[in-house]
Formats: sequence, structure tokens, C-alpha cells
Amino acid sequence: MKEDLLKYGLSTLTKTLLIDLFASMLRIRMFEDKIIELYPEQEMKCPVHLCIGQEAIAAGVCLNLRKEDYVFSNHRGHGHTLAKGTAMKPLMAEFYGKITGCSKGKGGSMHILDIENGILGTSAIVGGGIPMGVGASLASVMKGEERVTVIFFGDGASEEGVFYESFNFAALKKLPVVFVCENNFYATNSHQSARQASCKISSTAAPFDSHGTCVDGNDVLSVYKAAQEAISRARRGAGPSLIEAKTYRWKGHVGPEEDFEKGCRPKEELLYWKEKCPVSIFREFIVSRQIITENEIESISAGIREELDEAVRFAKESPYPEASELHKDVYFGTRD
Amino acid sequence: MPWTKIYSNKEEFEKAAAGSTLRGITYKEAILEATSRMLEQDKSVFVIGEGVDDAGGVFGTTKNLHLKFGKDRVMDSPLAENGITGIAIGAAISGMRPILVHMRVDFLPLTLDQIINHAAKWHYMFGGKLSVPLVVRAIIGRGWGSAAQHSQSLPSLFTNIPGLRVLMPATPYDAKGLLRAAVYDGNPVIIIEHRWLYDHMGHVPEDDYTVPIGKGIVRREGKDATVVGISYMAYEAMRAAEALSKEGIETEVIDPRTVKPLDMGLIIESVKKTGRLVIADTGWKECSVGAEIVARIMEESCGILKAPVVRVNLPETPTPASPALEKAYYPGVDHIISAVKKTIQK
Repeated sequence: MKEDLLKYGLSTLTKTLLIDLFASMLRIRMFEDKIIELYPEQEMKCPVHLCIGQEAIAAGVCLNLRKEDYVFSNHRGHGHTLAKGTAMKPLMAEFYGKITGCSKGKGGSMHILDIENGILGTSAIVGGGIPMGVGASLASVMKGEERVTVIFFGDGASEEGVFYESFNFAALKKLPVVFVCENNFYATNSHQSARQASCKISSTAAPFDSHGTCVDGNDVLSVYKAAQEAISRARRGAGPSLIEAKTYRWKGHVGPEEDFEKGCRPKEELLYWKEKCPVSIFREFIVSRQIITENEIESISAGIREELDEAVRFAKESPYPEASELHKDVYFGTRD
Repeated sequence: MPWTKIYSNKEEFEKAAAGSTLRGITYKEAILEATSRMLEQDKSVFVIGEGVDDAGGVFGTTKNLHLKFGKDRVMDSPLAENGITGIAIGAAISGMRPILVHMRVDFLPLTLDQIINHAAKWHYMFGGKLSVPLVVRAIIGRGWGSAAQHSQSLPSLFTNIPGLRVLMPATPYDAKGLLRAAVYDGNPVIIIEHRWLYDHMGHVPEDDYTVPIGKGIVRREGKDATVVGISYMAYEAMRAAEALSKEGIETEVIDPRTVKPLDMGLIIESVKKTGRLVIADTGWKECSVGAEIVARIMEESCGILKAPVVRVNLPETPTPASPALEKAYYPGVDHIISAVKKTIQK
């Protein structure tokens, strides 16, 4: 085992952390699977953007973070917020449009909030959350706080002007920001090669005199290592970094179904990436090296199942917002 | 009240204030003073924008503040309007009170994604759990061939959006009081200033004060017609009222001061009295603030008008550069005088 971890430059990684990484990925996978199971009931009346296949990035990055660190995410944000420590109940209730949801039913699945865990809201405009993350980081620095801000975005967002504007500013001010690009190769159904002149997102950092790296986004230890380095650079005042993590989304852009049958993407491609499932590969890795037993895995799964069942019960039993809620919260300082 | 008056220059003010101890400063000095006081008192306030720390200091409104408060709090910014707006919003939701400054309103269209999709929505979209105390200041340029991309006022781009506030102060007193009110309002506030008001002078108390957002003011009382004058057009409306008075026509001039929210109560009260309404604003006519005022009168008190409303707006063309065309483009005191006469003849 030690030699395996040495290869990653992670020789000091504890057994507990290895198990936490696995548990975090499993928790995301089971959450998304539960949505797939329940979605056909049509009680969850909002679009869902599932991150199945991409769990290693959320887990590998967020397990490096402290509770007070900020995470800015996007429309495909369930995994990021779960990995950062958000409870399932307010998430599930939000997806069901209930008043007990994290955004009181006003946001839906694309607009997640968990202030206590450093999630100050997620934007569903591609790239829209990127400058906000940089601004939150600027505020941390101005206030003398030691927070790091991680901004998750996709390969599509890396094409937005606002990404470059934000990266430049973060580099100019040497802000403690880690930009994490989850490159799943598709913006809805459009392939990266149809959109980008040079498919080297991580090299974007260089012109801003910043550090950029490209990792296998399905290998949680590679992600963990890259994030550890980037976060440590941020904490010591060395400015922002960019991590490009290559991965693949198993489901369609939106909704619980796979999309190859609609002709969106080749089936062979999906099958290839399913072979590279981040959760099963890491499970095999830790089981074969006796880090964890099958029984222990079963007990972790049972715990997650329990949390999920409770969250679903809570969401379903919670009341909808009263119609009078419609006009509230438009302006701060006036509840009506 | 001394601060309800409008004086276009130092001489006018001094003549009016003769014998009193009232302090007079210009509109741009009022903005500078409000900003400086807030920077002094509140660590969460900071200024960001292109050239806020240059020698001119955005026409004097941020002049030398960087020397007093440092470049970390009076921060020059890259030419990245949308990104910088998002950065200011991100800082605002994390406990800061940024004042983002644009030399021209025309640069705001570059920021619309962050203002409309993010700043305006963040409070509502997350169930009221976060607020966005962001102030965006932008200046209307006019004249000297500023042309189509350096002269627009564009309030309607923002008045259409729930969650935003839009202020258009016309006097030094309001410029100071509304800026402070905006910074402490807790909502995203767009302040549209007019370059031609920058040297106007008026009474401005040295102490801190706020002007309530959503409260207009009667600048001049009159019984024959109401003129709603917005921003620089409030000044032109006052000039028109004085000229009309010499002909025996008494015009009531209302300056709404803030166009979202709009003090319709004040306007309707006045029109109930006069029965006639002229609206003069700094922008185009279609879907303008004036259009909103007329619609709201129709919805709320359609019987109060004795004559059709007349609106004084820019012609429906982009701003031309040539002085000859500019002269034909901008309406002013004479247009307002004709408009008032038109409503009275009906």
C-alpha cells in the first residue's frame, strides 16, 4: 500500500482519509441514484443535472478543505455540496420544492445554499459563479480570514469570457482560489473538439503566471494530490491554481436518462468510461489492499441509505411554501 | 428647504445663500465626501473600478481617496466589466459593501449577466438567506461628440428587473444622501449620475445623512401643470418653470430621485391637483421611466388627467456626434416649456 501511495506522492495519507474519500464518492453516487429512482414519480418537479461518473473530483478536492472554506459550484452541483458536508435533507427538500429546502423552495436543484459549509449559492448560468467565487475570496483576504475558495466549473464554462476575466483578477491579486475545471468533454451535446481550438484547458493558467495541471478526474487520489498542492499554494499566499480534471458524465446533460440512444453521444464512449468508474476503481483499490473490508463497506452504505431514506421522507412530508411566499425575499430588509 | 433647490453653479448658489451659513459643495464633491466618510467609518466598504485611483479620480468623485485609504480599498480594476461586477457581487455576499464605479453608463451592458442573473436574484433565489449590498455607480456622458457609446442613460434596462433599485439623483444633497442610503440598503443598487450635474452646487450638510430610497420631492409648487423631471431634466424643468411663471403659468416640478422604486404617490397627488402632466427624462421614450409613470397613472387613477400627457425624451435615434446633430438631439428647457403649454391648451 505504501508504495502505491508513494506513486501519488501521498505517502502520509491515513487509512481514515482513504475510507472518507471512498465514502464521500459513494454518498454522492447513492444520492444521484436515489434521484434516478424517484424522478419518474414526477414529484421532484425541477430539472436535475446528475454528476454520476464525476464523483472523484468533488470528493478529491473537498476532502482537502476546511469547513469555513468556500465552494462555488454550478448547475451540476449536487456532488460538490455533498462532498463539502451538506446534509441531504435540505437538498432533497429543495428538489421537491418544499419550504424546508435549503433555498425555501425558491431555487430548485440548480441553486443550492449551505452557508455554514461555505456554499454561498450556486449559479446556473455557465461561468456565472466564477467571478463570484473570486469576489468571495477577495472579501476573505480583505477581512484577514484564512479561507480558501474553490470554484468548480465545466469545460463549457472555460470558453466564457468571464472565466478569463476572473482568472486574471485572481492572479493579479494573488487570491487564494483554486479553479477546478471538470472536463467531461461535453457542453450539453456538443463535444469539446467542436468548441475549442486547443483542447488544453489547464494551459490557460500559464499566461497568467499561475499554476495549471491536468489530472485523471476519475482517479480520486490524483485529484486529491493536485488539490492538496493547489490549496496549499493558496494558503501560503502563492495565488490561484487551475486544475483540469478529465472525466465523463454518464447521464444526459439534464434528467435521469443516458443519452446515447437519442444519438447524442456514442454508446462505446459511455461503456469505455463506465469501465473507468471512479467509485468501483477506488473501491477495488482499497479492498484489495485491505484498507477496508466488504463488511465495512456494507456498513457505510447502510448509513448512507439511512440518511437518504430520512431525507426523502423529510422532503416528501414537508409542506410546500404558502402562496404568500411568492412575493417575499425579493428585496433584503422587507419581508413583503 | 435649502436642499430642495437647484443651482447650476457656484455664483447662483452663493447669491441665493447670501447672508446664511449654509455650506455649498458641488455634486461631484458630494459623492466624494459620502464615499470618503463611508471608507473612513466602515471597513467593509471599498471602491473598485477602472481608473478610480487615477489623477482625475472619475471626474473628481474618487479623487485622491486611494492616498487616504490605500489601493486595496480604492482599487483600480482590469477592463473586465462583467467579471469585476461578479467579483463585487461575490464580495458583497461575503460581508463587504463594494461601490463599483463606471465612467460611463454605456459600459453597463457588458455587466448585464452579473447584474440581472446574479445580483438581482441572489436574495430571492436562496430564500432570503443572503443579501447583495452592492452599489454600482455609472455616469451619463453628454456633449462634446460623446456619440452613441458614451452618452446613454439606460435606466429601463434595470427598472424592469425585480430585485434591483435604480437611483438618479439630481442635486448635490441627494447625491450624497442617496449614495449612503444605497450602500446601506442591502440590495443591489444602480446609481445613474449625470455628468452635467457634476459642477452643480447646492447645500450639503457636513454630517452623514441618508435620503430615503423611493421618496421623490416637490422641487417647486404650482397649480397649473406637473412636470416630472428626472436627473438632469429636473434642472431643465426648474428653468422651464421659472420661465413659465413669468407668463403666469405655475408649474409644479417633481423630482422622483429614485426611479425604482418610484414614488407614484407623490406624482399622483400632484397630478390630482394640476390635472396635467409632462415627463422629462434623460433617455428614450419607448418602455421608459416616463412610460411606466403614465401606465401607473392609468392603472391607479386614470380619471385625474384633464389633458393628454406630454413626454419630453430623446428622439428615437442613437446619439450623434456632430454638434449640429447633438443640438437637434437633446431636448431642454424650451421643449419642456412647449410641452407644458401644450397640456394647458388642451
